Amino acid sequence: MIELNTISKTFNAGTPQQVRALRDINLTIADQEFVIVVGANGSGKSTLLNVIAGVAMPSSGTILLDGMDVTHWEDYRKSRWIARIFQDPFMGTASELSILDNFRLAAIRTHKKGLSIGIDSKFKTKVQERIAMLGLGLEDKLEQRMGTLSGGQRQALTLIMAVMDDAKIILLDEPSAALDPRTAALIMAKANEIIREFGLTGILITHHLKDAALYGNRILLMREGSVVHDIKADEKRKMTVGDLQNWFV
Amino acid sequence: MNFYLAAVMLGLGFIALGFGIFISMRIFNIPDITTDGSYTLGGVVTAVILIKFHSVPMAMAASVLAGIVAGSLTGFIHTKLRVNALLAGILVMTALYSVNLSLMGRSNIPLINVPVIYDWFAFITDAVMRQLTILILITLTLLLLLSWILKTDFGIAIRATGNSETMVRAMGVDTSKMKIIGLGISNGLVAMSGSLISQYQGFADINMGIGIIILGLGSVMIGETVTTVLKVESIFGRLVGVIVGTIIFRLILAFVLSLGIDPNYLKLITAAIVLTVVCIPTLRKARN
Repeated sequence: MIELNTISKTFNAGTPQQVRALRDINLTIADQEFVIVVGANGSGKSTLLNVIAGVAMPSSGTILLDGMDVTHWEDYRKSRWIARIFQDPFMGTASELSILDNFRLAAIRTHKKGLSIGIDSKFKTKVQERIAMLGLGLEDKLEQRMGTLSGGQRQALTLIMAVMDDAKIILLDEPSAALDPRTAALIMAKANEIIREFGLTGILITHHLKDAALYGNRILLMREGSVVHDIKADEKRKMTVGDLQNWFV
Repeated sequence: MNFYLAAVMLGLGFIALGFGIFISMRIFNIPDITTDGSYTLGGVVTAVILIKFHSVPMAMAASVLAGIVAGSLTGFIHTKLRVNALLAGILVMTALYSVNLSLMGRSNIPLINVPVIYDWFAFITDAVMRQLTILILITLTLLLLLSWILKTDFGIAIRATGNSETMVRAMGVDTSKMKIIGLGISNGLVAMSGSLISQYQGFADINMGIGIIILGLGSVMIGETVTTVLKVESIFGRLVGVIVGTIIFRLILAFVLSLGIDPNYLKLITAAIVLTVVCIPTLRKARN
């Protein structure tokens, strides 16, 4: 469970450039809820995700994960619970490392990175099986550098990497924004499948209202740092793209 | 002794330096100028301890440790105090000048009538063979040790830190800690090189480290040119590339000197060679 209590984030506080990116956000997200966040540019969606991930520290308020106060934990510590998918497909993977090395890091996300060699034939087989599920033909290219793959391929691998180790929460910041329409649809479907199959709590930022209507069981609209609409389960199911469009006029 | 054999021997002494620069420059993507100071520090600590305690293992261990401390300090200044990496290195390097001078009490210590590492393996009677054997053994040990470390889970985290910081933090890695440890290892290796070279030359000098980073960088880049041509991508192969690069670099310098060029121009020539190697990829691209 994710609990945000009166979370505010102000950039450049006390200067003429002051921006109140988040204003007293109170939000409780239950386990296995899949929350879609929509809103105009600058409405605070990414800041909300960054504050939950620990990339940005809130100016005030508290954040609890499974009841534990993690308000000021940095991102690498919160990775115990949280896996992240980035808008830029190149950010979620290390391009100079092999696919296998990338998966090894993902497989020990919640563990200590110790002085032992973790890549053995058993691990390779496991990675091969997981990658084969994507059906992209990448399972025979484990030793290849990540940098030789396309953005879509890398984003697909990032999704699989997110569930190589225990994860409770997955944060997706416009994961398909940089991809062509066909690949984007594929990535969204795969993300949805993984969230369902592994029973994850998901938060997805998107500008695609079609995706927003299609996926998730809760939807938030943000405006000027506040949550102005919060629609859950049954009601969400009834919402159409047209209903969502009306939010933006 | 054969002129080129001497160059190879000196090259072997510089391999730890090459490995150190490989870690800071290639794995972490940090141009770490601490090197100039930590190399001298290695030589100085070795000389001071050899003179005082006549113990080679103690001298070598203390040198490496001193290098690790210096490198970690640069890492700390860079990551925790948020100072630009280049500036952090320059600061520590500058401070080390005074540290080195005060440790020695003067600007040069000759190593006469003290034991050095090249006295080991006394059963090899030929002095040159003995030095060569010892240097090769050290090189192989470092090669195997580093390639093993870089293949472990910790090593993957280290390699990813210099490549994609966002990704590696999302994977639960404290990148600041990694950089501090990594620069520590890098400068530990550099100091080891300073120790080996000072014992080889028979003295430690306050100015022995000037421009040494360029020497290391040149070795790494020549090695990379070789590994790129041979399409080597494995960590082990790239480390072997550093060894090959270091030796080739020394041979080129020896060749240039054999042409009768004034040794005062050595640094200028070194810089010119490194510039040439650095520009090879750009020149290649321009030609295509």
